[in-house]
Amino acid sequence: MYQVIGRRLLQSIPMLLFISIVCFALIKFAPGDPVQSFVTPNMKPEDVERMRHSLGLDQPNYVQYFLWLKHLLTGDFGYSLVNNRPVLEQIVTRLPATVGLMGASLVIAVILAIPLGMIAALNRNRFVDKLLNLISYVGISIPTFWLSILLIYVFAVQLHLLPSMGMRTIGQDSFLDIVKHAVLPCIVLSFSFLSVYIRYVRSNTIGQLKEDYVQIQYAFGSSKLRILFRHVMKNVLLPIITLLGMSFGDLITGAIITETVFSWPGLGSLGVTAAFGFDYPIIMGITMFSSLMLIVGNLLADILYSVVDPRIKV
Amino acid sequence: MNKTRWKNIYSELKSNKLGYVSIAFLVIFIFAGIFAFLAPYDPNQIVVQDRLQAPSGVHFFGTDDYGRDYFSRALYGGRVSLMVGFLAMIIATGLGTTIGTISGYFGGLLDNMLMRAVDILMSIPAFLIMLILSVYLKPGVGTVILIIGLLTWMNTSRLVRAETLSAKEREFVLYAKVSGQSSFKIIIKHIIPSILPTVIVSATINIASAILMESSLSFLGLGVQQPNSTWGSMLNNAQGYLSDAPHLAIFPGIFILLTVLSFNVLGDIFRVAFEPKLNQR
Repeated sequence: MYQVIGRRLLQSIPMLLFISIVCFALIKFAPGDPVQSFVTPNMKPEDVERMRHSLGLDQPNYVQYFLWLKHLLTGDFGYSLVNNRPVLEQIVTRLPATVGLMGASLVIAVILAIPLGMIAALNRNRFVDKLLNLISYVGISIPTFWLSILLIYVFAVQLHLLPSMGMRTIGQDSFLDIVKHAVLPCIVLSFSFLSVYIRYVRSNTIGQLKEDYVQIQYAFGSSKLRILFRHVMKNVLLPIITLLGMSFGDLITGAIITETVFSWPGLGSLGVTAAFGFDYPIIMGITMFSSLMLIVGNLLADILYSVVDPRIKV
Repeated sequence: MNKTRWKNIYSELKSNKLGYVSIAFLVIFIFAGIFAFLAPYDPNQIVVQDRLQAPSGVHFFGTDDYGRDYFSRALYGGRVSLMVGFLAMIIATGLGTTIGTISGYFGGLLDNMLMRAVDILMSIPAFLIMLILSVYLKPGVGTVILIIGLLTWMNTSRLVRAETLSAKEREFVLYAKVSGQSSFKIIIKHIIPSILPTVIVSATINIASAILMESSLSFLGLGVQQPNSTWGSMLNNAQGYLSDAPHLAIFPGIFILLTVLSFNVLGDIFRVAFEPKLNQR
């Protein structure tokens, strides 16, 4: 087991390396010029050149890449071109906000999806099932940013119930305050995952209910609830774990958009600001971090899967 | 597409009422996009004194912050949104099908390399890369189409590869091989027709996700730029007038939702119709 995990982690190193090359190349071959964002009309060409030199941007691309990589291996992600603060520090201070938001949303989605999916399966083709089906279609198809805008309009602009921006009220430092700020972004993020999970739980439950072991339990006189919770649920949970692993990519996309709309101080909004400012050290840092999150997410799902279901080997 | 498949689609549509509704919405949106030139106003005509009007008989969807007729803008915006979705889907599906069939048909080292490349591409957060590219590249409709198309073909290629693996073991493919047909011909004439259902299903889903991605990019102010507008960029603008003119945020959002939803419903209908085993849903 530990060997397998170790091997998978080792495999991810060349992958991350390759990703970094691809990303670096994309940024470097694209026509944008990071220095342009500093240039003011009364600067002389020499000044621009000096700035380019001081940022190391006058070197050949491959040299820049290897320098970046060399620094990375010593734990140095470089400095932001815009505010000169270390990239790693900015990422690490913002990481908890993003991970917290994502984690809460995933947990909410799973906790709600299991009962709802099972209810849909038990009432197959009846009204409840059709309603849940429609809701999950909406959840998959609704643009996250639009749902965010609607929620802001209803709960912040009209009802003044919840804050629409940021993570904390200035001057207030309580957990409750953060929770209040997190409610709307969490609803937005968890809605789409909930929708996907409900459909999986539903179709899995329908599949499981046809299995022999269910019939046997019935024959032995077990109640429906008992069968559902003691036997069916275990088998329904399994595919959800794989889904969780696969969700990480969408989770990052969702976080980028949701964080931007709600000004949530996480990695996503940092990424958007960095992209607009041609701040490539930050962009590289965030890409590496989110790729790592994606890879680790998939690995965790695989490990969890084999822990829960001994029939499956990692 | 043989007769049985059409029949299956038809019977699936009959049992799934959402299907008819979806088709109706898509037909309406596509016609609205094609005949956008019949719009009552010029979508870019600025009438400052009419700014931020609520929907009325004169302006069906009201007017935006420049006094432009929102209905006309929504018609033209829909045209661009649908076009971006469709063309990005063509790129993604074309690329995914090509790489998937080649990988599955030839197998071996080539398959291994292609699929590792797909693995790597799938572990890059695609939306982040799209965002970065749209900042760095010249913004515009063409760029958005290319970016979305080139970064979303991976899922299709995986599905197509898996189908190709089983299709190439079928007898008619073996006969074709024995009779000396070239690999290229076999892929075009035998493999692709037999995996067409998978391709169609994933093409339908690809349109839905391409439209969503375009609208997200345009919403962030990247993607399609002025004077062109899409439903996404209209929403970007609407964000600033939430309390004064909420209608600006409502119409484009509903259209995106209905379009994406319809494609998703159709995708599901195709999937069920093409896989008789799944029929008992």
